[in-house]
Amino acid sequence: MARQSLPITTGTAVQNAAAAPFVELDNVGLRYSEAVDTQALSDLRMTVGKGEFAAVVGPSGCGKSSLMKLVTGLLPPTSGVLKVAGQPVNGPLKIIGMAFQNSTLLPWRDILSNTMLPLEIVQPHRSRLRSNRKEYEALALSLLDAVGLGGFEKQSPWMLSGGMQQRANLCRSLIHSPQLLMLDEPFGALDAFTREELWAVLQDLWLQRQFTCILVTHDLREAAYLADVVHVMSSRPGRIVASHRVDLPRPRTLESTFDPKFVGIVHRIRGEIAQVRNESKLGIAPVQGAV
Amino acid sequence: MSPQKFRRLETLMPWIVILGTIVIWELVVRVFSIRQFILPAPSEIYVALIQYREPIMASSLFTLVNTLIGFAIGIIVGLLLGMTIGSSRLAYSGLYPILIGINSVPKAAVVPILVLWMGIGAPPAITTAFLLCFFPIAVNVATGLATTEPELEDVLRSLGATRLDILWKVGIPRSLPYFFASLKVSITLAFVGAVISETLASNDGIGYLMLQAASQFRTSLMFAGVTVIAAMGIAAYLISVFIERRFTGWATRRQDVGTTGGG
Repeated sequence: MARQSLPITTGTAVQNAAAAPFVELDNVGLRYSEAVDTQALSDLRMTVGKGEFAAVVGPSGCGKSSLMKLVTGLLPPTSGVLKVAGQPVNGPLKIIGMAFQNSTLLPWRDILSNTMLPLEIVQPHRSRLRSNRKEYEALALSLLDAVGLGGFEKQSPWMLSGGMQQRANLCRSLIHSPQLLMLDEPFGALDAFTREELWAVLQDLWLQRQFTCILVTHDLREAAYLADVVHVMSSRPGRIVASHRVDLPRPRTLESTFDPKFVGIVHRIRGEIAQVRNESKLGIAPVQGAV
Repeated sequence: MSPQKFRRLETLMPWIVILGTIVIWELVVRVFSIRQFILPAPSEIYVALIQYREPIMASSLFTLVNTLIGFAIGIIVGLLLGMTIGSSRLAYSGLYPILIGINSVPKAAVVPILVLWMGIGAPPAITTAFLLCFFPIAVNVATGLATTEPELEDVLRSLGATRLDILWKVGIPRSLPYFFASLKVSITLAFVGAVISETLASNDGIGYLMLQAASQFRTSLMFAGVTVIAAMGIAAYLISVFIERRFTGWATRRQDVGTTGGG
């Protein structure tokens, strides 16, 4: 198979052992029904160390969102072993925060109470919230302040720009201090300038709070800017075909994105994704290949 | 035209149209000397309203009570049905065809059956009002629940939220605008239901009053009845709108901001 010609690791060798593994996927497969073409993931191996920032990139429809659902415990894997914090995942994990491309803020709540929504659900905050409201509000306000939303807490979501809504969304996903943050193309709908601004915001939050983070994205520069390790996924059924450690000092700035090393990594990942896409085209339509 | 003037005109428009219609109506009846039992002039309807105010008051109170009781039952049943259909796909596939069936039966055809079961008067009127008005409520609430963003549901479920949590925190608030929108339709339908039933099987109510007036060719009294029904319908509608604004301002505010921002 041509697939074996892909580099499994690259020159900048991946050393996950540096941190204790926090998320471990071993030969994980996911199939939505018995039919063959519903195989979303197969033989997926990936390890994310504790406190590590991992990015997952790949061609569209490669099962990145399925990966999100697996790791958060919303869907059980059909095969293989999936462990988070050393425990096999069976059911929703409360130590996880999630944010999507669509900010999904509730329009009938102001920014502050939108941010505090997870506290109304996750224990032990849920039972403590009523009697310790002030303390939790202070927590939410300081988080909003940290992402540059200080003074906007009483505004309704629709009064805010898309970028600001996404900042509030980040706050909501972090308010219950999750150990693992899952991001599914969180900045995908924003313009380039706002997006780059939010990279810095997210990096600051991560540097301060030391959570483990898995970012699913199709923006290769975003992946290389934010992540310690970039995992490249193949087309459906998705599996990890290469992993790259991004060896650039923190905090990274927009200047880092012009570093030859950075450019090199982005270039290499782009090549790999182009290759997987070509392979899948050949695989799906062999007749066209013959012509 | 300045924005303030436009605003003022906008609020006055319904009154201008109503007054204009009455004036033209009066003129047409006088100019063409249309006979009273064909089409009475507004002034004659007014006279009838004053002359028969006591029976009209009593009948409209009867109709109003029937309508409101039917409407209240409709709200409760509609809400429960809507929440069931909107949150469970099995309930949706099982109940929806039946609901459509019930809704497409002309209610005038059902009244005789109701009379067979309950006799005449208030019971069939209340039931007809209920049968007409629960459907829009159920469908709207179900739509509101079904349109919850799947991403948001994922976020909450990954935090360990139960289905009841999601319904309470997201589903119900999200479907409130749909619910209030349906109230505006349903309250007027409830009036229609009550009056239909009273016309067919009752010894009281506006419907019965109009039937009596028709048999005696007292056309102006019939029109007085129609006027009272319309007035009650509009009043109930306005109350629904007021409640809607109170509770779901967040759903309409966006438009307000848009128009003022544009103007």
